[in-house]
Amino acid sequence: MLTKRIIPCLDIKDGRVVKGVNFINLRDAGDAVENAKFYDKEGADELVFLDITASYEKRKTTIQLVEKVAESIFLPFTVGGGISAIDDIRNLLNAGCDKVSINTAAVKRPAFVRESSKRFGSQCIVAAIDAKCKIKTKEKQKWEVYINGGRIPTGLDAIKWAKRVERLGAGEILLTSMDYDGTKEGYDIGLTKAISESVNIPVIASGGAGNLQHLYETLTEGKADAVLAASIFHFRAYSIRDAKNYLKKKGVQIRPRT
Amino acid sequence: MIVVIDYGMGNLHSVRKALEVVGAKVKVNSHPEDIKKAKKIVFPGVGAFGEAMKELKRRSLVQPIKDAVKAGTPFLGLCLGMQLLFEKSDEAPGMKGLCVLDGEVKRFKVKGLKVPHMGWNNIAYSLKPACRQARLTAYNSKILKGIPNGSYMYFVHSYFVLPKDRNVILTTTGYGINFTSGVCKDNIYGFQFHPEKSQALGLKILENFVDLK
Repeated sequence: MLTKRIIPCLDIKDGRVVKGVNFINLRDAGDAVENAKFYDKEGADELVFLDITASYEKRKTTIQLVEKVAESIFLPFTVGGGISAIDDIRNLLNAGCDKVSINTAAVKRPAFVRESSKRFGSQCIVAAIDAKCKIKTKEKQKWEVYINGGRIPTGLDAIKWAKRVERLGAGEILLTSMDYDGTKEGYDIGLTKAISESVNIPVIASGGAGNLQHLYETLTEGKADAVLAASIFHFRAYSIRDAKNYLKKKGVQIRPRT
Repeated sequence: MIVVIDYGMGNLHSVRKALEVVGAKVKVNSHPEDIKKAKKIVFPGVGAFGEAMKELKRRSLVQPIKDAVKAGTPFLGLCLGMQLLFEKSDEAPGMKGLCVLDGEVKRFKVKGLKVPHMGWNNIAYSLKPACRQARLTAYNSKILKGIPNGSYMYFVHSYFVLPKDRNVILTTTGYGINFTSGVCKDNIYGFQFHPEKSQALGLKILENFVDLK
């Protein structure tokens, strides 16, 4: 049976992990390989690297990082952040990552999703959607898509946009709730469920994880196929192992650590 | 020397790296001459069936691959690389595959299940005598040495193979239906999942292939 995925997310800047595992026995907390190896050993099902490098020039360091990670772990990983051209994707895939996530560039030019999925296959194109609640009444709720790291509202309805990226060829959706991100109050179950039920591609829920119950809720009630979490793992409030043991006890299909 | 066939479809870096980690000497190549001389061949690939066949033709690789398989060179198809060994696919109507194995490639059409089938799923040993020709069953197949029945592997695909000869089925996996996730016939091996992305157990499968005599 297909299992639900637990995915730690690491922020990288200028080729270094800036938001990663916060721990003592790591020789170099900013080293991507060390971080990746740690989560690989812990039983993470995939990894996501979010590139927050500001300058285009320094992006080359990201490529080197991807190469190093791909040489040391044999686990699927995604790289996102600032990807806006076919060449960006090719370089990252050639360096060894398995998927890329596209956000702002997809909104600015939807054909980019189609072109890239046609060129590289849907399986490696993840559409990242940052959504924020716009209307909430008893009967209905609507969410709006934001770009540029959540700074610019687009006027796009999140559900419609999710359907559109699916049609354009995205193989997966990485859905972040801007309302819940950083709150540690749990994922936006309503949003996750609404998107997951509207598309026929896997949805990764992101934003808001504060405890293990939250992971459980979004994977069951929220119908997410995978959960992304950063701080609860980095600061070791919980380990991946804790998360998997908890979910397993609750009856969620997860992959045991090997 | 193991040749990893490069035909422009997807990421070969991780396949090469994984093979190297388990001790293989690897050449990533798309030259027909090298395929002829290869001791073993790994045929990876992600992307679309039709595009892939076009690329193989464009690079004049179709016949060399068929010849190598016929000559008994141990051959490992991964993901799309396994699908291409069959006759045809729902993904590219009218396009002929490599026709090394009998059967076709179908798209998942199960209500309520998401496509692509993406993530970790387990492989069940086929109980029937798989690979009759090689007198092997999944339980004593060399390629699955050290891989417990029910092991989790990483999948990402929207199509699955439907072999005509049930005896070639090595493993199956459940996703709405039970589909074939591993095949074996004589010198040919194929897996729908990505051993190069399936951590230690995936690497073990590659190691078993490298160790084949």
